[in-house]
Formats: sequence, C-alpha cells, structure tokens
Amino acid sequence: MRHIISVQLENASGALSRVAGLFSARGFNIESLTVATTNDPTLSRMTIVSVGDDNIIEQIVKQLNKLIDVVKVTDLTATEHIERELLLVKLAVNNDSQSKVESQLDLYDAKIIDASEEVYTVELAGKSQKINDFINAFNADEVLEVSRTGVTGVCQK
Amino acid sequence: MKLNGAQILVDCLKSEGVKHIFGYPGGAVLHIYDALNACTVIDHILVRHEQGAVHAADGYARVSGKCGVSLVTSGPGLTNAVTGIATAYSDSIPMVVISGQVPSAVIGSDAFQEVDAVGITRSCVKHNFLVKSADDIAETVKKAFYIATTGRPGPVLIDITKDATIAEVEYEGYPEAIEMRSYQPEVKVSAEQIAKAISIIETSKKPIIYSGGGSVIGNASQALRKLTRNTGFPITQTLMGLGAYPATDKQSLGMLGMHGTYESNNAMHDSDCIIAVGARFDDRITGNLEKFCPYAKIIHIDIDPSSVGKVVGVDVSIIGQVNEVLNALILGLEAKKLPNIDAWWKQINDWRLVDSMAYKTKQGVIKPQTVIETLYEVTNGDAIVTSDVGQHQMWAAQYYPFDKPRRWINSGGLGTMGFGLPAAMGAKLADPDLDVACVTGDGSIQMMLQELSTMLQYHTPVKIININNGYLGMVRQWQEFFYDKRYSMSYMDALPDFVKLAESYGHIGIRVEKEEDLKPALIEAFKQKDRTVFIDIVTDPTENVFPMIPSGAGHHEMLLAGRDDMASTNDSGLNLV
Repeated sequence: MRHIISVQLENASGALSRVAGLFSARGFNIESLTVATTNDPTLSRMTIVSVGDDNIIEQIVKQLNKLIDVVKVTDLTATEHIERELLLVKLAVNNDSQSKVESQLDLYDAKIIDASEEVYTVELAGKSQKINDFINAFNADEVLEVSRTGVTGVCQK
Repeated sequence: MKLNGAQILVDCLKSEGVKHIFGYPGGAVLHIYDALNACTVIDHILVRHEQGAVHAADGYARVSGKCGVSLVTSGPGLTNAVTGIATAYSDSIPMVVISGQVPSAVIGSDAFQEVDAVGITRSCVKHNFLVKSADDIAETVKKAFYIATTGRPGPVLIDITKDATIAEVEYEGYPEAIEMRSYQPEVKVSAEQIAKAISIIETSKKPIIYSGGGSVIGNASQALRKLTRNTGFPITQTLMGLGAYPATDKQSLGMLGMHGTYESNNAMHDSDCIIAVGARFDDRITGNLEKFCPYAKIIHIDIDPSSVGKVVGVDVSIIGQVNEVLNALILGLEAKKLPNIDAWWKQINDWRLVDSMAYKTKQGVIKPQTVIETLYEVTNGDAIVTSDVGQHQMWAAQYYPFDKPRRWINSGGLGTMGFGLPAAMGAKLADPDLDVACVTGDGSIQMMLQELSTMLQYHTPVKIININNGYLGMVRQWQEFFYDKRYSMSYMDALPDFVKLAESYGHIGIRVEKEEDLKPALIEAFKQKDRTVFIDIVTDPTENVFPMIPSGAGHHEMLLAGRDDMASTNDSGLNLV
C-alpha cells in the first residue's frame, strides 16, 4: 500500500543523505521525496511516498525515528491529511489541437504560465492521481516534458 | 581561555574521562597528536593498523563497559578503520572514532588523503559529524559520547578538518550536559505492556527465556539471574549474550541457534512462551523463519523499537533499558502464581540426555574441542576470552562455559576475522588483572598479526590459542557439506612458523602437536604473567562444528555429530545462508 510519510528533521548538512541512504541500504522503496525548510529555519520537512506492506512501513517509520537528526515522523496515510503535488508540463499545441488542449486545462483548473506559438508550459497542483489523469488526458506526442515535485502533505488536525 | 582546536579536543576527551585512545597518526591529525603529547592523563596506544585500533577500542569497551575511543587520520586511516567501525555497529558497542579530515578549504577537491568520511561511514555508525570549525568541537564531542553510550549504544564518528584543529578560539570548558530535541534515549517502561507480558507468562506451560547481547551491554546480568531464578524457567543465550546468565547453572540450556545445543533449540521450537531479552532474532538464531517457534507467544524486550517486529512478529513488545524492564517484570511476577512447569523440565532433561555436545576423540589427533575444554580447566573458567571468526569461535562459545558477563568478546554480528587479537589487547588494558586468551585460527590470526608488535610495546600480555587446522575451517566445513567436498580456496598452503613469528615479535612461541603436551603447554603459557605467549596447536583438520541447524531447517531439525548425514541441504536452503 502507498504511504505518505512526513519527517521533520534537523536542517543539517547530510540529513537528506541519511534518509536517502537508509532507504537504499535497507531496500525500502521510495516513490517520491520532497524536502525544504519549514517556518523554523533549523527544521526541514521531508515528505516521502513509499509503497510497502504494514510491516515494511512500520520498519520505515521506526528506522527513520532511529536517525539522530530526525525529530518527528508521521505516517500521514494513517490520519486525516491533505496531500498535494505540483506539476510543470510542456504541451505541444497547434491550431488544430489548441481548443482541445485549452478545454482540458479548464477542466482541471490548470494554469498556463508560459506560452509560445507551439508550446504551453502549464502548472497544476493536486493529488497525484489527479496529475496522472491530467497527463493521461493528452496524447503522448503532445506531452513534451514533465516535471513533478513529488508529494508534500500535512495532517488536517 | 584561548586554545587551538586540537587542544580543545584533548581537553574534552580528558573531561569525558577517557583513559586510553587507540590510534595512528597522519598528516590531518598532527595537531591533535601534538596536543595529545602534552596530555599526561590519556594513554595513547600506537597500533600498527587502524583496523586494529578500532578493534582494540572495541575490546576495551566490551570488557570495561566504557566508551572506546579511537583516533585515525584522513583518507586511508579512515577507510582502514571502517571494518572496525562496522564491527562495533553490528554488536552495538559504545565507541567514539575521531578521524582527521583535509582542510575545509579543499574538501571536495580530491585532495591528498581525502575521502568523504561521513559518507563512507554513514551506514555503519549510529551517527557521525563533520566538524569544520574549532568553535564546534566541544559541543560535538559531548554529543558524540552522549549518543554513543545511551539508548542502544553504537559507534559515533567525528571527522575534524585540519584547519579546525589549528584555529585558536575562546574555549569555555567542556559542556556539562547536552540537550538534543531529536534524540531522547530515555524510555519509560510501559506498565501496560508489562501486564500483558505477565498474563502470557502466567498461563504458559512451556516458557523459555532467550537472552542476547542486550543483557550484557545493558548490564542486566543481575536482573536476568533474578528473573530466571524466581521463575524457575529455562534460559538459553545467544552467541552475544553468553555470560549474562551463568552457563554452569542448572537452568541454563546453553547457546541456541545454528550451532546451539539440542535442548536449547528444541525448547525454542516447542515453547509456548518466549521471553526475548535484548536479543534481535538474528538469522543465525532463527534458522528458517517459516519454521521458527511455531507454538510460541513472544514477548520482546529491547531498547530499540526498530528491533521489534523486524524479523519475527511478536505478541508483546516492551521497550526500555533491559535492566529496568526486567526489574519491572520481576516485581510484577512476585504477586502472581507461576505456572507449574515440571513436565516441561522433564521434556528438557530428556533432550539433555542426547548430549549434543559430545564429540569423539581420536588417538594421536588433538580435537579442537579438547583445546577449549583444557583452556577452561587451566584458567579455572575465569579468563576473558576473545575470539576471531570461524570454527574456533563456535568451539570457544560451546566448550568454555562463561559464568560472568563481559568475559566473552567476539564479533558476533559482522563476523570480522582479525577481531580477536586487537580486541584481546584492548581487553587486557581494560582489566589488567584477568588472564586474557585470544582463541583464533590459522586463517583469522593472519589478518591482524601486526598487532603482536603493539602488544610488545604496551606490555599487554595475552595468550594466543591458535587452533591450527591448516584450513579456513568454517569454509571447508560448508564446502564439505553443501558443495560436494569441492574445497575451493579453503586450504592455506605455506603457513608461517608461528613459533618463530611470535619470537621475532619478542613474544614466546610454543607449538603443540600431541595431546599429552596440550595441558602442560597451556599451564606453562599462563604462568608467564608478563609475557604474550603464542600457542600454536595442531588440531584435527577434518573436525566440524556440531550440532548444526542446516540452512533452511527449523530448530527441531538439528544435525548431531556422528549421528546424521549432512548431505541433505537443497538449493533453496542455501539461499537462506
């Protein structure tokens, strides 16, 4: 099962490598990882999406807690939470496809942030599934380049 | 007070109560060595190889219970130390390793003797630090010792750039305490979990205590004895746990696992209530997980939550210092009526009759088991025994019953050949009054031989018991059993003359080829209180370690010496090795 694990850790050099190293050394799966400092500049928040059965997720949480730099680990999936991911995508447009593309953008509430005659650069934030659906709404030759941030999330309470 | 970084470091170590440092100098740590030279309260042991330094600090820590300290230079100094660090990490040994680093201005430029020490050691330390400023040294050292010695102990590396050791800064003294929001090793024992454990124990019919290295490291020997005696339960101990409970006591079933006793393993298999104390269900213990303890409810006591449920699912986990948990359990059980387990003991005593540790002697050949039994006799069972890794390690564990903790010093987790000799040196420095024997083999001893030189320089007399069978014995045993006797690279031609070798290092060498010479030689060796004696004992080259749980088998499917045919492990079993 897919889990979103939120990790608060010391904003210290090497902290990211400790987490990434833990996943590779113990053979844990990592689907995405985002990290940035929080409102407290001495703390970073890392959001990791991993897939595994309950035992594996339990081990991931325990092993993360064991890292000295880690302050708090929360399995967001186990609580009410909000998750979001940001997509930047370059879409090919031409006279024939323009109206179809734009109607898709409207449907998903995606925003054109840069446009040339042949290429729209579009941003969309949402759950990962919504972003998958959005990308799949276009033909393969229309999608020129995809960049996703990976999931970030917070507890609702 | 203005001091340079190196002087601050040395003052911190002094304040931390460090008495011995095992190390080797080099360019990046010259300032530190200069500061050490001016320090009269810390003895520095100049080893001959950095791996030896870390193993010696490790042996010192295991015997004394204090934090071992090692000092190495950058680059190859650090990489040589890595095997020692990983060894300590596997066995949760408290240790601080200080390594030099190239000046901060040239980090990342592939400078001379530069390696990414923090990166290389990340997966084999409890934590590590890169210090680039003299201002950070004191706090980092405080943190390092705090982390290394609390919670589940482990090695901590401090990598210090050369410029940080040179810079002069204001030093306000060694911090008295340290707060870390991200590291809180104190755990309160859960009364609720204790109650759950007691309810399982109360209703059990076939309980067994399975105790591991945590009982030794956690200094829980007294509590473990009390729990075992109060309950009257049988107890089995892991390779790492030997000595926490006296092996000669009637409630002790001996070691369990791959080369454990018949009674221990069968009792584990049939048990309905396993009390795991500071043990981590290592693969050498469990054998085939699908066949592991099928009838048991498992209570797992451990300081490290990640040990719980990692390998085997448990029914009740109790997180905390082993000592505290055991005392809570003892207290909780006092008011309870304990189960009558007479029938269980009868079953266990029947298993004991199998006499799984029996071995056949052969005229004209010295059996390695006899060597260990003779060692036990000659030292009255009261020596510190270090070992290397292989067959001799198993025989030492099987035939030298340890009655006290911190007397059996071996690399159980990582299985590091070369550990025994430097660890013996560290052990002797930790407890100079006790006899120290290093049980080794002709393969292992050659991995750290150079430390014989250090042992002369620092007068650390130990007795080296070399079980010389001319083979990498454990490899040979597996090739005999599981590879149709294709002995690939397990025979060492051209062994050195160990007697002359010992003599060339200034020690005494004795060679023993006949059984009747064995005991007199050992008596003579241990009479030499102030000398290191290398006793090279020619033993049966074909002897194997029994009993044995072959790969893929369960605890109830043991093979016994001279009674079972070994050639029956399938390929899927070998994968489980």
